[in-house]
Amino acid sequence: MAHAEGGYYVPHGSNWPIVGSVGLTALVVGIAMYLEAMSAGIWVMSAGALITLTMVVGWFGDVIREGVKGLYSDQVDRSLRWGMIWFIFSEVMFFAAFFGALFYARHLSVPWLSGEDPATSRVLWDSMVLSWPTAGPGNAGLEWQPMGPWPLPTINTLILLTSGMTLTAAHHALKEGNRARLITFMWATVALGVLFSGLQAYEYYEAYAHLNLRLETGIYGSTFFMLTGFHGAHVVIGTIILAVITLRCMKGHFNPESHFGFEAAAWYWHFVDVVWLGLFIFVYIL
Amino acid sequence: MTATTHEAGHHADEPTGLTRWLVTTNHKDIGSMYLLFSLAMFLVGGAMALVIRAELFQPGLQLVDPYFFNQMTTMHALVMIFGAVMPAFTGLANWMIPLMVGAPDMALPRMNNWSFWLLPFGFAILLSTLFMPGGGPAGGWTMYPPLMLQTGTAFPFVIFAIHVLGISSIMGSINVVATILNMRAPGMTLMKMPLFVWTWLITAYLMIAVMPVLAGAITMLLTDQYFGTTFFSAAGGGDPVLYQHIFWFFGHPEVYILILPAFGIISTIIPAFARKPLFGYSSMVYATASIAFLSFIVWAHHMFTVGMPLAGQLFFMYSTMLIAVPTGVKVFNWVATMWRGAMTFETPMLFALAFVFLFTIGGFSGLMLAIAPADFQYHDTYFVVAHFHYVLVTGAVFAILAAAYYWLPKWTGHMYSERLGQWHFWLSVIFVNVLFFPQHFLGLAGMPRRIPDYSVQFADWNMISSIGGFGFGFAQLLFVWLLFKCIRGGEKAEARAWEGAEGLEWEVPSPAPHHTFDTPPVVR
Repeated sequence: MAHAEGGYYVPHGSNWPIVGSVGLTALVVGIAMYLEAMSAGIWVMSAGALITLTMVVGWFGDVIREGVKGLYSDQVDRSLRWGMIWFIFSEVMFFAAFFGALFYARHLSVPWLSGEDPATSRVLWDSMVLSWPTAGPGNAGLEWQPMGPWPLPTINTLILLTSGMTLTAAHHALKEGNRARLITFMWATVALGVLFSGLQAYEYYEAYAHLNLRLETGIYGSTFFMLTGFHGAHVVIGTIILAVITLRCMKGHFNPESHFGFEAAAWYWHFVDVVWLGLFIFVYIL
Repeated sequence: MTATTHEAGHHADEPTGLTRWLVTTNHKDIGSMYLLFSLAMFLVGGAMALVIRAELFQPGLQLVDPYFFNQMTTMHALVMIFGAVMPAFTGLANWMIPLMVGAPDMALPRMNNWSFWLLPFGFAILLSTLFMPGGGPAGGWTMYPPLMLQTGTAFPFVIFAIHVLGISSIMGSINVVATILNMRAPGMTLMKMPLFVWTWLITAYLMIAVMPVLAGAITMLLTDQYFGTTFFSAAGGGDPVLYQHIFWFFGHPEVYILILPAFGIISTIIPAFARKPLFGYSSMVYATASIAFLSFIVWAHHMFTVGMPLAGQLFFMYSTMLIAVPTGVKVFNWVATMWRGAMTFETPMLFALAFVFLFTIGGFSGLMLAIAPADFQYHDTYFVVAHFHYVLVTGAVFAILAAAYYWLPKWTGHMYSERLGQWHFWLSVIFVNVLFFPQHFLGLAGMPRRIPDYSVQFADWNMISSIGGFGFGFAQLLFVWLLFKCIRGGEKAEARAWEGAEGLEWEVPSPAPHHTFDTPPVVR
């Protein structure tokens, strides 16, 4: 049982971590089996996804119930804050790997292939001239177009920046105790998130249907879809988190002084927002 | 801060048997599981090393298929790094950091359970690949494309196993950082923290920074293999060397992840047995931070031979050499701590002393490898193998063994058998040098690494090295036996098991009760 003594709080044991280990293992083994064309893969993967989802719902449910009961001291609150901050930092570094790949390709490997490094280009692809954006020497005959910043990405930028503002407005409403305004602005934020994802999906459709821009379109297609794709996945997750927080607001959770769950979701959303700005500048504009 | 709830008899309803270990949130339980898991993986990885050394005992192919040999070199590294050394340090962190900073537990105890329990699952996936069609991964632990992309069925399983282990490491590190920043007892300011805590804080920061980068690199491998991306294929405008850059941006900080906690352990043990405070505490802290900072800007010294621009080679050569400065500070401080100390030589101190000597040898060979023009000769030879085994075996592993001997009385409540410990130490330290020192000569003479056969002029030193390998390997069984005896019984340990030991962990009884520091101690 949960107990706190002398100011310290140590939560009781929990079944969720072991459920999570089983679920995550089944999930990744299933995906690996699927990739290696094993027929059971899809089932193992689905079971794993279901177990993992159950764990996520159950574990967060426990934490929310304990939080609502007021079991968490200020110290626990600070631990959760540090946990969230460092989790977001790890996410930043994950994106850094893909941004690094983009910069390396644009500023080093493509120019080298294209004759700046005579030895490499002569041996591999003599007299090939490449400039960014490129699908590489092996796709020289391929007809395709890159994704420009106008109109969809620019609209999406405005949508995400606006969602950051509505979220901040919701936070202010929460701190002022204005529940109705809080809920309105939260739903507005969720709606903007959904809109962003919808437009992003439409952009992918455009890329595949009209620009002939695919994941396989050389290094440009690889970096474009992997960066925007992982970002898009984070937007979807962030939107779900915000929706859950909104429902909690409607149930009367959180108070003007203590609402870490809300703040964590907001931090996550702002992080997703900032990554998008990086994408907008380095993937779409430059 | 006051108690918000108090439920009487809450200790009574803790589960027992297997369930206790599955659901536990207790840092001592989790620390013990980490340590025992690490020991098991140390033996598994060690068995793989013995397969390697048995095949290399004589020139020619005698025991295993060359492809299986390559699986052994790859798996030995993955198991030792991710299964033995990292979990051992995390286990020590779990056990000792809350005790050292006066906290009742880790900051995020349930996540702590999850970060441990992902490990056995991750390794079940990884080790199972050895039995898949086409065998396990055989392209080296660095998994360079395009060679790695030729792995058989095992390929995606290896990638996902490493993702799982990475998630475990990130969660474990977040927990350590949150614990150190938020759970210190009143009065325990940052600059009063034991050095083991400091080095772990910096290690955890490094892990959170670079494990996701590894995840990114292997994700690109996965999509290159199955989804048609061309990150690492020149045909699509990518570059296989890009993988090496991303990998080593992870890989070099990883090397310090494997050694910084060892520095913390040595900085704890030497003062205890020299009966003098650590010389230059604050310089130790700053040196650790400097090493961590430098680790981010030296990665390409692992790839001097890929054809980098001259400016790149010079930058990475000089930045690498700079690391010798903070490391030199550390070695100086350890020696200065012992200067005119009242030293005794129990097993933990012997391992710590061996660390100072032998890790420094590994540091010097590292300096030789840092010289770009010389590295063209040493690259991918046994000299490199000798170098990193001096820093990882006589460095990291010796420090872990030193820590185990030092804190066993606190964990078990019994003193270990000093006689067995001394035997274990002397056999280890002699055989480990027989094992690895000749590999310097082999490498300088041009023997390549990751090759199951070799030219006859390398025969003598290889035979000696293999003898050392089996000697060192079997000597570790003594430790297992000693550990078993120490857990079962032995001379009762006092709260302060070592005369010169300092720190909050020695203020609680031995064995440390299941719950310690339920109310925070006050540190002055």
